[in-house]
Amino acid sequence: MITKKDVEHVALLARLELTEEEKEKYTQQLNNILEYADMLKKLDTENIQPTAHPLPINNVFRSDEAKPGVSNEAALANAPSKEEGYFRVPKIV
Amino acid sequence: MPVQDYEVVIGLEVHSELKTKSKIFCTCTTEFGGDQNTHVCPVCLGLPGVLPVLNKQVVEYAMKAGLALNCKIAEFSKFDRKNYYYPDLPKNYQVSQFDLPIAEHGQIEIDLEDGSTKIIGVTRVHMEEDAGKLVHAGATISQADYSMVDYNRTGVPLIEIVSEPDMRSPEEAKAYLDKVKAILQYTEVSDCKMEEGSLRCDANISLRPWGQKEFGTKTELKNMNSFKALVKALEYEIERQASVLDEGGRIIQETRTWDENRGVTLSMRSKEEAHDYRYFPEPDLVPMVIDQAWVDRVRESLPELPDDRKKRLVAEYGLPEYDAGVITASKDLAEYFDECLKHFKDAKVIANWVMGELLKHLNAGDKDITECPIKPEHLAGLLALIEKGTISGKIAKTVFEGMWETGKTAEKIVEEQGLVQISDEGAIAAIVDQVVTANPQSVEDYKAGKERAIGFLVGQVMKETKGKANPGVVNKLLKERLDR
Amino acid sequence: MSLHKLTAHEAHELLVKKEVSSYELTEAVFKRIDEVEDKVKAFVTITREAALEKAKAVDDKIKAGEQVKPLMGIPMVLKDNMCAQGVKTTCSSKILHNFVPPYNATVVEKLQEAGAIVVGKANMDEFAMGSSTETSAFAQTRNPWNTDCVPGGSSGGSAASVAADQGFYSLGSDTGGSIRQPASFCGVVGLKPTYGRVSRYGLIAFASSLDQIGPFAKDVEDCAQIMNVISGHDFRDSTSADVPVPDYTSFLNQDIKGLRVGIPKEYFVDGMDPEVEKSIRQAIAKLEELGAVCEEATLPHTEYALPVYYLIAPAEASSNLARYDGVRYGYRAEGAEDLLTMYKKSRSEGFGSEVKRRIMLGTYALSSGYYDAYYLKALKVRTLIKQDFDQAFEKFDVLVSPTAPSPAFRFGEKVDDPIQMYLSDIFTMSVNLAGIPGISIPCGLVNGLPVGLQLMGKHFDEGTLLKVAHAFEQSAGYYRNKPNL
Repeated sequence: MITKKDVEHVALLARLELTEEEKEKYTQQLNNILEYADMLKKLDTENIQPTAHPLPINNVFRSDEAKPGVSNEAALANAPSKEEGYFRVPKIV
Repeated sequence: MPVQDYEVVIGLEVHSELKTKSKIFCTCTTEFGGDQNTHVCPVCLGLPGVLPVLNKQVVEYAMKAGLALNCKIAEFSKFDRKNYYYPDLPKNYQVSQFDLPIAEHGQIEIDLEDGSTKIIGVTRVHMEEDAGKLVHAGATISQADYSMVDYNRTGVPLIEIVSEPDMRSPEEAKAYLDKVKAILQYTEVSDCKMEEGSLRCDANISLRPWGQKEFGTKTELKNMNSFKALVKALEYEIERQASVLDEGGRIIQETRTWDENRGVTLSMRSKEEAHDYRYFPEPDLVPMVIDQAWVDRVRESLPELPDDRKKRLVAEYGLPEYDAGVITASKDLAEYFDECLKHFKDAKVIANWVMGELLKHLNAGDKDITECPIKPEHLAGLLALIEKGTISGKIAKTVFEGMWETGKTAEKIVEEQGLVQISDEGAIAAIVDQVVTANPQSVEDYKAGKERAIGFLVGQVMKETKGKANPGVVNKLLKERLDR
Repeated sequence: MSLHKLTAHEAHELLVKKEVSSYELTEAVFKRIDEVEDKVKAFVTITREAALEKAKAVDDKIKAGEQVKPLMGIPMVLKDNMCAQGVKTTCSSKILHNFVPPYNATVVEKLQEAGAIVVGKANMDEFAMGSSTETSAFAQTRNPWNTDCVPGGSSGGSAASVAADQGFYSLGSDTGGSIRQPASFCGVVGLKPTYGRVSRYGLIAFASSLDQIGPFAKDVEDCAQIMNVISGHDFRDSTSADVPVPDYTSFLNQDIKGLRVGIPKEYFVDGMDPEVEKSIRQAIAKLEELGAVCEEATLPHTEYALPVYYLIAPAEASSNLARYDGVRYGYRAEGAEDLLTMYKKSRSEGFGSEVKRRIMLGTYALSSGYYDAYYLKALKVRTLIKQDFDQAFEKFDVLVSPTAPSPAFRFGEKVDDPIQMYLSDIFTMSVNLAGIPGISIPCGLVNGLPVGLQLMGKHFDEGTLLKVAHAFEQSAGYYRNKPNL
């Protein structure tokens, strides 16, 4: 059972700010969905390997060659805030 | 209880940038420096829709390092995402390795100052991408009004080498880091330049009363930017933890940052959240399957490692263990030594000069052996002049200074400054006569049985010849003259 | 002549015969867009000038004697989650409202090489999270067959634009049914290729291990032509497969006699619209008539697909969407004094409710203490679902089912009830979990709304799907149905 406190913790991990109303709503909806997901517990998966990739592909590499990237201007073209070729962010602590 | 009543337990996490040409998941250059945000592309900037492609050289370097650290290379290895928010991390997750690292279960032998050795366990070696760099608009991060981000370093390949908590003093920790650095340099997988951040080290440290089995609560120390800082931070933290424990307090498990200016460790604990990295398999990269043939191929490419080289110097040249250890601690120094040996055959004499004058000058000038102004064949040339008797050992030090300043050969310096040793008995006898005549009191003293008086007279002859007279000849002629 | 109504291959023939120019085709499409876009609202961005310029350039090449390749000079539509250099790419999200990518997705490069004319970027559910295109931050796309109904989703704009003849074909992406379900709702052909068949480079990720780009087309032949262009290995996508690409048009006009067709019994459940079931049964009868051998099949873990999907997809999404933080691109909230506040405000204001719900769910499923119970468990059950298909394909060449349990539903009907909304993808998401290909083709109308037949195939066996789909289409003729707009 997920509590409102769990929802607040998860929201912080995900860097989301929720209104009281959203907290209530997500608490309820997440509980509904996870209750639904509880049906997986019926299955014995003790000796089953997890599938993280749908295809059995291994060892995909590229060779160690350096190429020019994008210009500083292009790198910063979409930046909401920039200064002297840097991305600017508000004070960290 | 005083500090010595606690046993210190230290484990190190060493991050080392790999010497590839391009980044781990994109083709941007790994070159150090460069204007901010110019070594970047859509992939390392984490733009929407981009995908990583693994640089094979990173895997091979990591395998090489793993083998040199006596690890077992994984048959199956994969990347995972480590999720946390920080502005130097463009995707807000770091591609790293969690439960299936490339190499595990290694160990290395460290050399302690008393000449003994100790085995330190290497838990694991894993690959990951480096983060960018922050520049703060203020003296420190907390005083800054805002910060700025440069992503040039983002995606430079790193290996993280995690040790077992096997070290019992700051000196052992330093010796471990020395050896790891030597191994990474020997295998040529990393430059290991702490000042450029290509070698970084975090430490886990705890205290426990002697005899206690369980570990005490540890703290994690970060931000030590030199070997000295590592030792100082550990020493400070030992004192701090001991006094907390002495007062009946409890150590809080936390990350502490080393403040170089104040010489203290400070808590970095944020009130905001406990870390929950939510590791899960990186879906954009496929696993690595490493067969024995590949491991064998990499193993064959390993060069002679520091321990083997040290043994070789002891066995082949009869060097003392200590000397061999100092010389082989740096690959470049060992190469320098070997180069000297090609031109001068007495290894012990070379070792004395390398460990004496050469290291003294390098340390004083804060120089690396690769920046040494004296070429190895020139140092060998100097030693040959001493051996031939062309110059005295004393003059040789003057010649060394000249070589250090000008980069010229020993012969050239000797010639320019007229430092050739005078061994001609006729020439020296004349000066001996002169000195004996000018110092009747000393002659008297000597004759009265004060043997020491001859030292003064030798000094006077050397002074007259500007130190160039062969001291053996001077002694012989003086004695003959006085005993006549 | 109503040029916009043609299929791509019909338009191609006219180009080859020089009876029409690419410019004329493109103008016809824009005329059609001008006529119906107010009603349909399929687009987020329309690139009229660039498209007409490109069409002229193609015409010049044709005049100069260059061979007319199949998709050359034919106007098409891209879902707005595929990056096209210099063209705003938003994922229908406020958080990317002004994002202009400095690079092209691999599919966009391939289309450019093929001489395609991109007329615009199609509306979608925000970050492809949804089954009705209602979660778009910008517009409500309407179903051309009944504008009170949703077009399906998440590729609703891509499907609706093709159904409304606002483009000859389009590309969409499918993570749990996002191509097939809107294709079914809008009465067009939609193919989700095998995972790894089409490069994901430049596709803005929702759930990386499930996402796949595929075509919407007016008929199966066009679908085969588009697959010929977009398929293939890409060194920029490590998960793309290095498997040879056949000429997909070689599977057209083939006999399906003796082909083994499995009918998974778990896909014919209580609560399915009886009219939909009737259409599907008729379609199966048609396949038998064409010589296919149809038998019951079983995919025993079908009921678990929904919970598995709704743990894996949000978990990957929670990480994929972490980069939208207001630092490098996209929306940044005004006035935040410190970094944490800036992160939280930008993301909370920039993401819509469904995206936030899934980020919350995915973050929870990965968080310490719940990983094994939810995420790892889901990955293991995913293995069981995959094995179901492996076993079924030992006996059958293709499996058939309805694409969705109902025809298009009305706006607002399910948007506040996540589980009800999620259930509309119940027949499509297993295919993504297993990584196999699936196609939806029109198989009739129920109350004036299209119904889709889903065919599922073996890994990299899109050819057989196209073969069956083409045989069915040519015999049943439903593809000639057009909505009245």
